[in-house]
Formats: sequence, structure tokens, C-alpha cells
Amino acid sequence: MKWDTIAAIATAMSNSGIGIVRVSGENAVEIVDKIFKSAKKNKKLSEVDTHTIHYGHIYDGDEMIDEVMVVLMKGPNSYTREDSVEIDCHGGILVVQRVLETVIKNGARCAEPGEFTKRAFLNGRIDLSQAEAVIDVINSKNNFALKNSLNQLKGSVQSKIKNIRERLIYHIAFIESALDDPEHISLDGYSDELTVVVDEVMQELEQLLERADDGKILKEGIKTVIVGKPNVGKSSLLNHLVGEDRAIVTNIAGTTRDIIEENINLRGVSLNIIDTAGIRDTDDVVEKIGVEKSIQYANDADLIIYVVDSSTKLDENDEQIIEMLKGRKAVIILNKTDLDMVTTEDMLIKKTENFVIPVSVKENKGIDLLEKTIQNMFIKGTVELNDEVYITNIRQKSLISNAFESLKLVKNSIMDDMPEDFYSIDLMDAYESLGQVIGEAMEDDLVNQIFSKFCMGK
Amino acid sequence: MSALVENYDIVVVGGGHAGCEAALACSRLGLETILFTVNVESIALMPCNPNIGGSSKGHLVREIDALGGEMGKNIDKTFIQSKMLNKSKGPAVHSLRAQADKAEYSRRMRQVLENTEHLTIRQAEVAEIVVEDKKITGIKTFSGALYNCKSVILCTGTYLNARCLYGEVINYTGPNGLQSANYLSDSLKKNGIEMYRFKTGTPARIDRRSIDFTKMEEQFGDERVVPFSFSTNAEDVQIKQESCWLTYTNEETHEIIRANLDRSPIYAGIIEGTGPRYCPSIEDKVVKFADKNRHQVFLEPEGLYTNEMYVGGMSSSLPEDVQYRMYQSVAGLENAKIVKNAYAIEYDCINPRQLNPTLEFKEIEGLFSGGQFNGSSGYEEAAAQGLIAGINAALKTLGREMIILDRSEAYIGVLIDDLVTKENREPYRMMTSRAEYRLLLRQDNAVFRLSKTGHKAGLVNDEQYERVMRMEEEIEKEIKRLENTFVGTSKEVQDLLERYESTPLNSGTDLAELVKRPELSYDVIAPIDKDRIELDEKVTEQVNITIKYEGYIKRQLKQVEQFKKIEKKRIPENFDYDVISGLRIEARQKLNLFKPVSIGQASRISGVTPADISVLLVYLEQLRNHK
Repeated sequence: MKWDTIAAIATAMSNSGIGIVRVSGENAVEIVDKIFKSAKKNKKLSEVDTHTIHYGHIYDGDEMIDEVMVVLMKGPNSYTREDSVEIDCHGGILVVQRVLETVIKNGARCAEPGEFTKRAFLNGRIDLSQAEAVIDVINSKNNFALKNSLNQLKGSVQSKIKNIRERLIYHIAFIESALDDPEHISLDGYSDELTVVVDEVMQELEQLLERADDGKILKEGIKTVIVGKPNVGKSSLLNHLVGEDRAIVTNIAGTTRDIIEENINLRGVSLNIIDTAGIRDTDDVVEKIGVEKSIQYANDADLIIYVVDSSTKLDENDEQIIEMLKGRKAVIILNKTDLDMVTTEDMLIKKTENFVIPVSVKENKGIDLLEKTIQNMFIKGTVELNDEVYITNIRQKSLISNAFESLKLVKNSIMDDMPEDFYSIDLMDAYESLGQVIGEAMEDDLVNQIFSKFCMGK
Repeated sequence: MSALVENYDIVVVGGGHAGCEAALACSRLGLETILFTVNVESIALMPCNPNIGGSSKGHLVREIDALGGEMGKNIDKTFIQSKMLNKSKGPAVHSLRAQADKAEYSRRMRQVLENTEHLTIRQAEVAEIVVEDKKITGIKTFSGALYNCKSVILCTGTYLNARCLYGEVINYTGPNGLQSANYLSDSLKKNGIEMYRFKTGTPARIDRRSIDFTKMEEQFGDERVVPFSFSTNAEDVQIKQESCWLTYTNEETHEIIRANLDRSPIYAGIIEGTGPRYCPSIEDKVVKFADKNRHQVFLEPEGLYTNEMYVGGMSSSLPEDVQYRMYQSVAGLENAKIVKNAYAIEYDCINPRQLNPTLEFKEIEGLFSGGQFNGSSGYEEAAAQGLIAGINAALKTLGREMIILDRSEAYIGVLIDDLVTKENREPYRMMTSRAEYRLLLRQDNAVFRLSKTGHKAGLVNDEQYERVMRMEEEIEKEIKRLENTFVGTSKEVQDLLERYESTPLNSGTDLAELVKRPELSYDVIAPIDKDRIELDEKVTEQVNITIKYEGYIKRQLKQVEQFKKIEKKRIPENFDYDVISGLRIEARQKLNLFKPVSIGQASRISGVTPADISVLLVYLEQLRNHK
């Protein structure tokens, strides 16, 4: 049986070395040919022998993405028994993602969890006795992806998409009611109204896509908490890390109003930083509460950044936090090194096994070392991030972009003066794609909406 | 005790729109068929609205016709007004609707039935089905007579344990005061069939002489009428048409309704059945759409030889006295005399999940069903199912392969798939929005989509089938010719374009490109198409639509290709999902309950996820290879 062409990142994402993007299906070769430029001029994968390796570059349009090796394996002599291409990328996680996105943009579909294995099986590649194992793979990957794709999507993004879907289904239902009951409901002049709505929605989707480009629609990344006493410079550190060039500024309120979450990309490592800076109050007892809360957040974190003010003495609160950091993945920042040092690096090193990094946020000293340290922890696997996060992001993005394309078609239909029934077909596609982003199936949404919102005849 | 015993191939229970098509299909395929009805006078009765067709229902009628059914032919001979709805919209939603002379419609259908070979009509109430070893063997009537047969088709409409209600009045009858069927439900339940209770309703009929039409807007039929049936000569339907009339409810009407809501059996909680949301009673409309200060009311003639007028838009179950005041508050109805009260009707039907897409019961071999008994609503939906149930009961009896139309082939496919796959808790009505491939499932191409199936089944004769095939060739040839006929920038061409406000040509182009322009069409470019030969209107219509909407049609065809991949993957009968440990429990339960025939159908069951489908595919593959 011939299936469509799928693509996925085949390597674990917890190191920034080589990453492989795997493409499989009828159009695999054709798709990669579109984006791969061989170092040897005019070499096309469609013309070379199977099971050969080729050196060159991947391009997204005119933009060069990465230097790669491409392995061509024509079916049936491949894992899936379909035509397959593997793209070995070198530029780290972000680049691997870009390559996958480019492959998808050029006609492949983001593979479902376990789909390569499924195809390998269905195409007779895997021994039948392994059917149960294959089913297990599909199940476990799906459970994981399902859990993650929704958990990872930011609350604000979810509600945005829900809101857009509500508007879309309202308009689809309106058109459909008029088609079902033309004597009761008129569509005169309606295309102007719809144009406005479609324009608005397209703009909103475009913003979402931009955010997705920066990895900002997901709560992805290493869950990182910045802790420390008030006034040690937590916020300025965060602001500095976020920086203008990395500007991510979608603040979302957490469970309490005080918590700020930021996604930052630090040398290819994605951090989801929870800033506990806001836990401060003017009351005296609050300092203690602040510490307690910090500990609470730190308990859930993958990585803890503990900020100490070098110009003041360590007190019992600090001792308490340092105690808590034992055995945890943490970095201790000795901030304000531009002032007179009261607490020194040596003093801290004696108390802890964690990295201690002297920093002056104000003078931009030591930040580089901090970034390198975190990156190293990530590369060495001290801190791990699940690869599904990246996949999820790409899948969501391609779905949002499908919705965007469907709306473009609606606009075309309106401009071409097509009858209204053509609009609702593409509107429905957009509605469905967005539904997949937030994990909502179609069911009887449309019919329900028609009956509840519009009065039909008889 | 000796009782009457007779033998037939097939028994059809019910003589409504489903029963008629079922009985005709079976007898036309040469099987000895008997149709039971509680009253012969009620054959092909239209107890509610006096029209056939309309949005998406018109599609069904065309499909019934293409498969060799009778409804299209019957309405072509008995209509009194006809209109193509949605003409300003795309071809996919054009819908033909005809007002019927109800008595004439019913009389002519009865005549067709009476004159069909192998078909017997019997007035009697069927009280029991006889099942042996999960297989149907016959039925018993109320009088005790036994009819042995190979298949039974249940088309009981709204008659099972029916009761009609308005205000506090309850009549234990079927529609229009006809005798209800009070025993069959129990027999079905005894045989393990799960029943639902649905309700629907109808407005009053008003004496034409008591209506002031000067206060209403006249609604005419189309100037040029298009027939439903492929076999009807277009000239034969250009008759003198009757008018319908449009008026509106007003605040006073709504006030009367609101003030008496507590006397409605629905609001008072007397009615237990689930009603359809798409044809709400006027009470429902006033409550649900409180912000609307008026609702449309259509006065439609019930026939040429009756003064009864149907009050479309005002079905109700309010008490008689309220009905009077309510109708008389409407402009033009001030002196209205009611001939028949509006009423709600409650009836037993089945949970259609128990059916295969062939419309045979999963658990009782040889038992088929169609129409409102399956939880649908509408004459056309009923006829469509009756036809498929009839064809399949006949094919099965003949030992031939039964037919299943899928969602990409016909509205009938969508209708049946929705019924048997979705959890349906209200009378199901067809809608164009339910068809995901509606650009392909147009009413204009029904005959091209389905003649092959109809011919293979044996209901479409060779002559008609060959005619359709010839036309298909002509369509293809004509499209190719247009794509390969080039026109330059001659004055004649530019003038024609100017006449239709179309951008002039910079260089030569082919005629197909011109047809694609929204402001042009196959017909209007005729003057610059020098080699054109005269073709049947049905052919040129297809040529025009196929070229004009090529892009959209191609996209849907591609989607259909994907759809067919899993739709064609069959699941073995009586497959036990409990053996697949990898399936989630919810999916296992749902699959065991619905017993889908294909992976495609399984994927549409609510609660079955794409991951479950993957697991199922893997498992079936393993099973296939082990054999």
C-alpha cells in the first residue's frame, strides 16, 4: 500500500551533536531534492544510485540552513521498505528542527509517534512475531505525545486557538444554515463580513506562527527556576538572559499572579524559566515565605539557578537553600561582583558541589560563562530534555500553518467571486487543523452549532 | 389451531416511502415479495410537508433515481410546483424541490406497486418477527397468519407504539389518525433489539378559503422546471404550476405562545421522545430564538383537489384553543379555519448502531430495515434507505454480494454511515454540510456516479446504462477538445469578453481557460467556439462544471484517494477486539459495540483514536499474514 510521505527527527535531542532527519514515503526523494544542494553541481538524488551518501547543503528557499550528509535508500531496501532519505545535520538542535520544518514545508507530513515502525511493519519489514512490540511502541509513544502536546502548549496559546475556532465554526455554521435553508437565511453581502473575519484570524495565526518560530508557543525547554533572596538581582539576571535580541515577551500568569514564565533559547538550549522574583512583599515575615515558595518551585524544577548577592553576608536563609540544592542540578550565581565582595566564590565552593559562577549582571561579566556552563550540563546529559517537546512544536506549527493556508484559499475563493459554499469547505479545514493543535476532534461541532445558533425552518 | 401460512422470498413491513422502494427493488429483481401495510390507503402517504427534495434531500432523490428507485419518477409525474434552490450558489448545493399533490403522489405510487410483477400488497398488522438461530425465518401478523421468508425489511416509519399529542389530548394512533402498530416493538425487544423513542411534529392544515392571500407574498415555481429523474423528458414537466405563500409570525403570536407554554405536552414533560433540533416547533423557535421578533410562515397547497393548506414553519403541540389563537394572529390568517390540528407524534425506532452499512442487522441474519424506523427523518432519507435495504435483501437472497456506498460515492453513503457509526440521539436529517466531499457528490452528476452500481444490482436497464456511458465519453471528449482549442486576440473574441466584462486577452489561450473565468461559462463562449457540435444539456452541464471548478474538484479527489485507503481495509466479521491487548479499553468497548466493517468505519467511531487505528492495522496485518 502506498502511503503519504512522512518525516521526523530520528535521533535523541539531548545532545547537540549530529541529528538525523528521516524522510520516508512515495515522494521522499523528490522532496529532499527540492531542498538539498549537492556540493557537486546539478547532482540530483533522483538520479543517483541507492544506498549512497552525498555531501551538500540544505536550503530553505535561498537561505542556507546547514551543511549535511544525505543518505539515499530506495525502497524496498530501507527500514520502512519505502523510498527513504536520511539527512545528517551538524548544527545542533535548532538546526535539526529547521531542517525538519523545511522538509515538511516542501510536502512531507510530520510523522505520528511510532509511524516509522508502523510502516516498517505494515510493509513487511519487521518480523510478524514482533507485532506486539510494534503495538507497544505505537502506544507508548502516543501516550507520551498526547500527554505532552497538550501539557506543553501554553495556556494563552490554547485559549487563543479556542477563540479562533469558535469564530470560525460560527461562520461556517452560518453559511451552512443558509445553504440548508435558503428561504430563511440570506447570504447577501456576507462575503465582505467574512473577509474581515478571515483577515483578522490570519493575522492572529501569523503571530502564533512567529511565536512558534521562536519556540514560544510551547512551555518547552528545561524547567528552570531562579531562586534567591530579594534584591540579589534575580530579575535583572533574567532580563539580561532574555535580552533584547532574544526578546521573548509573552508573560503568562501562572497559578499565582506572581509567577512569570519565560522561554529563552540559550545557545541552542531551550530554558523555560520561572522567575520567583515576584514573591516579594513589604512585610517582614515575607522573606521567609519567599524562601519557602522558592523551595517549593525548586522542587519541581529540572535546573535551579540560585542567585547570591556577593556584597552581603550569607544568612540562615541562604544556608537553607544551599542545603536544598544538594544533589540537585543547580548553578549558583555569585552576583554583584562589581561591588565589594563580602561573600566569595571560595566560601561558596566549600559549602556546595554545585557550579559557582561569579557574575556581574550590571557589567555583563560572567554571563558568558553561565551560558556555557548550562549548555555543557545539557550536552553532557547532566540536564535532560525530552525530544518529544521539539517534535510537538514542529507538529503544532505545521498544523497552524495548514490552517493559515486553508484561510488563504478562502480569501482566494472570495476574491475569485466563488459562491459561498466553497468558503466553508476551506474554513472547515482550518477549523480541523486548529482542532488538532489543541487535541479536539471534530465530532458533531458543526451540526450542533447550526442548530443552536441559527433558526431553521419547517 | 390452523392458521394461514404462506411463503415468500421477502417480506416488507410498511408501505411508506422506505417500504415502497424496498418492495419495488426486491420484486423488480425477481423475488417474490409481499408488502404489509396497516392500511392500503396509506401507501406512500406524505403525513407532513407536501414536498419532495430541498437542500441535500434533492440530492438523495437524484441518487435514488440513478440507482433505479421510484421516488424521482413519481414526483416528476405528480408535482404542482418546482424550484431549484440555491441557484446563485455553487453547483454542489443546487437543490431541487417540488411541491407534490399529496393524494396524487400516493395514488400513483400505489398504482406502480400494484402493477409490479412478483409484488403482493397485503393489509395487515405485522405483530412478530420469527427468528431461529439468529436468522430470520418469517413474520406473524396480528391475526396469527405466518409468512415464511428469507428476508424481512422493517420500514415501520412512525407507527410503532405511536401516539399523537397536542395540549393534553393524546391519541394512540399513527400519523393522520391511522392505526398504529402496537405489538411489533415487543417482539423486536424480545429478540434483543435496542429501541429508542423519538418524536416529531407537524403543523396544522388550514382551509384555503379562509386565508387572505392579499396579505402574503406569492411564491412562484421556476419558469423552466428541471425533472428529478434522468428518465423523465424535460418537456413533460413544463406544466402550469401552483403558488405557495409567505407570511410572518409577529410579537402577538409569540406572546400567545409564551403565555401558554405550560400547556404544551413537551414543556409539561408529557412527551418522552427526543425531537429533531432542525425542525423545531414554533414553541421551540420562540423560546430558543427569543430575540427574533418574527418567523417565516409558508402556506403550501396539499394538492390540486383539496382546500387544505400546509402551514410550513408553525408545527406545534399546543392545545387546540391556543393553536386557533396562534394561527389567527398571523397576517392573512385572521379568519383561518383549521382542518387538521397541529400535533406532535411519538414513536419507537431502533438504535441504528445495530445495523451494518448494508442495513442488515448485525445480530439477526436476513433482517433489514430502513427509514424512520432507523432513526432518520424525512421522506427522502426514508426512500434512500428503503432502496438500499431492498437491494441488499434481494442480493443476499440471490446469493450475490451486497452493496455499500461509501461517503465519497453518495449522500446515501453519508446518510447510512452516519446512522450506523455515530451515536445518534435525534431523528437524523440529511444536510449538505454532512457530506465532506460534497463538491463531488452533486445532484447534477448523481446519474454518472451511481448508474454503474444501479446497473450491476439489476435495477437500471441496459439501455439507460449505455446512454449514461455514452454521455460520459462525450463529456470527457468535449473537455479535451476545449483544452486543446485555442483562440487568439481577434476582435470577435475581445468583443465577447467585453460583453461579459471579462479581461481582454493579451495573447492566445485555450477555451477551457475561458470557461474557468467566473463571469464566463461553456454556454456564453459558444460564438467563439467554431467547432462546437450540439450536445445533450446534461453533457454540457458536466463539461462546464468540471472545467470551472477543476481546482477544487481535484483537491477533493485527492482527499478521497486518502480516504479510500483505509475505507477499503475490511475487518473480518465477528472480530473480537478483546484479543488485542494493545487497544485502549474504551476503544475495545466501542469497537465491540459497533462492529465496524472496515478500518475506515472504525476510525469514525467516537472514542476511537488514530493510535487505536494504528494498532488495529498492525494487528490485522499480522492476522492476514498468519493465514
